[in-house]
Amino acid sequence: MELLSGADMLIRALQDEGVEYIYGYPGGAALHIYDALFRQDKVKHILVRHEQAAVHMADGYARATGKPGTVLVTSGPGATNTITGIATAFMDSIPMVVLCGQVASTLIGEDAFQETDMIGVSRPVVKHNMSVRRPQDIPETIRKAYYIASTGRPGPVVVDIPKDMTSPNERYEYSYPKKVKLRSYNPAVRGHAGQIKKAVDMLLAAKRPVIYAGGGVILGKASDQLTELTRRLGYPITNTLMGIGCYPATDKQHLGWLGMHGTYEANMAMHHSDLILAVGARFDDRVTNATEKFCPGARIIHIDIDPASISKTVEADVPIVGPVDAVLKEMLSLVRESKARPDAEALAAWWKQIEEWRAFHGMRYETSPDVIKPQEVIELLWKLTNGDAYVASDVGQHQMFAAQYYKFDKPNRWINSGGLGTMGFGLPAAMGVKLTHPDAEVLCITGEGSIQMNIQELSTCKQYNLPVKIINLNNQALGMVKQWQDMNYESRHSQSYMESLPDFIKLAEAYGHVGIRIDRKEDLEPKLREALAMKDRLVFVDVYVDRFEHVYPMQVARGAMKDMWLSKTERV
Amino acid sequence: MRRIISVLLENEPGALSRVVGLFSQRNYNIETLTVAPTEDETLSRLTVTTRGSDRVIEQITKQLNKLIEVVKLVDLTEGAHIERELMLVKLKATGSQRAEIKRTVDIFRGQIVDVTSSVYTVQLTGDSEKLDGFIQAVGTSGVLEVVRTGVSGIARGEKVLSL
Ligand SMILES: Cc1ncc(C[n+]2csc(CCOP(=O)(O)OP(=O)(O)O)c2C)c(N)n1
Ligand SMILES: [Mg+2]
Repeated sequence: MELLSGADMLIRALQDEGVEYIYGYPGGAALHIYDALFRQDKVKHILVRHEQAAVHMADGYARATGKPGTVLVTSGPGATNTITGIATAFMDSIPMVVLCGQVASTLIGEDAFQETDMIGVSRPVVKHNMSVRRPQDIPETIRKAYYIASTGRPGPVVVDIPKDMTSPNERYEYSYPKKVKLRSYNPAVRGHAGQIKKAVDMLLAAKRPVIYAGGGVILGKASDQLTELTRRLGYPITNTLMGIGCYPATDKQHLGWLGMHGTYEANMAMHHSDLILAVGARFDDRVTNATEKFCPGARIIHIDIDPASISKTVEADVPIVGPVDAVLKEMLSLVRESKARPDAEALAAWWKQIEEWRAFHGMRYETSPDVIKPQEVIELLWKLTNGDAYVASDVGQHQMFAAQYYKFDKPNRWINSGGLGTMGFGLPAAMGVKLTHPDAEVLCITGEGSIQMNIQELSTCKQYNLPVKIINLNNQALGMVKQWQDMNYESRHSQSYMESLPDFIKLAEAYGHVGIRIDRKEDLEPKLREALAMKDRLVFVDVYVDRFEHVYPMQVARGAMKDMWLSKTERV
Repeated sequence: MRRIISVLLENEPGALSRVVGLFSQRNYNIETLTVAPTEDETLSRLTVTTRGSDRVIEQITKQLNKLIEVVKLVDLTEGAHIERELMLVKLKATGSQRAEIKRTVDIFRGQIVDVTSSVYTVQLTGDSEKLDGFIQAVGTSGVLEVVRTGVSGIARGEKVLSL
């Protein structure tokens, strides 16, 4: 067997794990590791400009590929800078391993230079975290970290590595464990057969069914099974913000997404349904609105890999714990075998009702002859990219417009911080996607508020030639905050204006990129085309959009799913 | 309702803080908490008493189970079980009080484990209610100091919580 130092073992373990990229930033406690990185060329390291961005990059990579992302940072400030990124990944169940340097084990507890208790600090926002106590444990710890991060309900895992564990002076026998076994961690591999049978019987007997799919379908790589089952049944389907792309948005059975800014028809169908099949979704408060008023006539089948997600906020009638792909596959074969068929008459009546709802609002918005509407920018982008781009978004009104008006037909293309709602996520996430899909069109849809939270990454884009297209829906305000102030605080715009915006064009140019400003409606399409045509350049497109636009539909606070504002003046 | 949840936990540094952190993070209440190694040195046994609706208790057990270091757990209050807590109490004991305290200790099957001219130290085991009952019986005015271990519990009969 080979003898390797702790640092070399760590890098070898990453190679053996199949890690392609590490996103990171060096510092004292990580220097042995950085030296080991230097002496190899299998794993590529991407040097960001802020550790938070490294985590979002790893996150974007993971969301687009389904594979765990990897981050490497130093102790103290390097580690604490990752926390927002880790919390973002945790809320959306994104697989990732964050390797943090730590002061030498002999110094821990002495308030040494750049010492932070990263295990303690990260604990509430990780799936698991571990400290390396002996260099010889490094291969197994790494194996475990990736195993835990990527199985069951995925999530971020932090590994804390004291500097003396990676010392070049001591060498150990290296071998990478083929298997990990953890007696206390056994995620379900299939659902309960009896429950699945019961669910299928209920499904086939339903009169007003609706399928409600979440991010778990994408994480569980179950889009195909879900699509097949949905088509076979002919039932309406809606999905959460996180589930966007799990079922083709342009298909007629798709009602759009549901919840706070969901479509009228999706929220109405949910409220009036008699059976909800929830798949890999978690009945989040941004979906359910007031839980006591949630879908009063519906019985609920809930499939999820995480038992704690079932009956947490809304009681399930038929809980099924298991991986969504395996469970859906079993359901599909039971549906095929069953003599029962969906009630055609009831279903036709249900669809008639749904089509009326669909026609009633239809995601309309007011257009104007001279002001650019944010919605039309997104619709145009959808058209110009053939609906096939990867779209990473930041957080705010622009995020909702992007999700509403870009119709995603494939999973893993809509990349957004749904659970934590982290401004600053968009650009680094887009970079993580572009790095791994260099030939794909990758858009970052952002606002002038959000983009400034990680704008320094324009420099990283230059270094690694990451020609993402940044579409800044510039409404000169923290638009989403302003909308809430309009609706709930009599338009007192407390701190929601940005009165000293930089010249984004010059800024993009200063970083070595191209900047395009669009402030006239007639320029919108030609200039967007021009930007998209520059395949090998990062283009920052600063689009001046309507400053007063609101996102609709919007659920009425503390109401039922059916209670919505459909425009500034219409409430149903 | 009050519940006693008994947990087998990997005997590893940091595992306990994960359990305690979970309770505060998710706003669950902890009434008592005891933890000690078991006959298997790789495992600790932790007992927590908590209160909550059935919904909350279900979430507590599910969330505990999600912690990687939790090997197994049982809600003892779901079946017949034995619950014990140990209490040490220092009581003011002068003059006629001494005989009366002695009588009360006997009734509660406690023991006086240390004596000075003015203080008795009493040891008592039982369920939490019994310990509360003793304090009530002697009257809080005479109580100088109380220390309780928190609840430990085990199922009755053949049921065991083990690997
Ligand atoms: C890090 C962070 N801080 C604060 C917020 C609260 N917040 C949500 S949306 C928003 C405004 C975003 O402004 P902008 O990026 O310009 O997008 P717009 O809503 O104008 O489209 C704010 C401040 C947040 N989500 N994330
Ligand atoms: Mg804005």
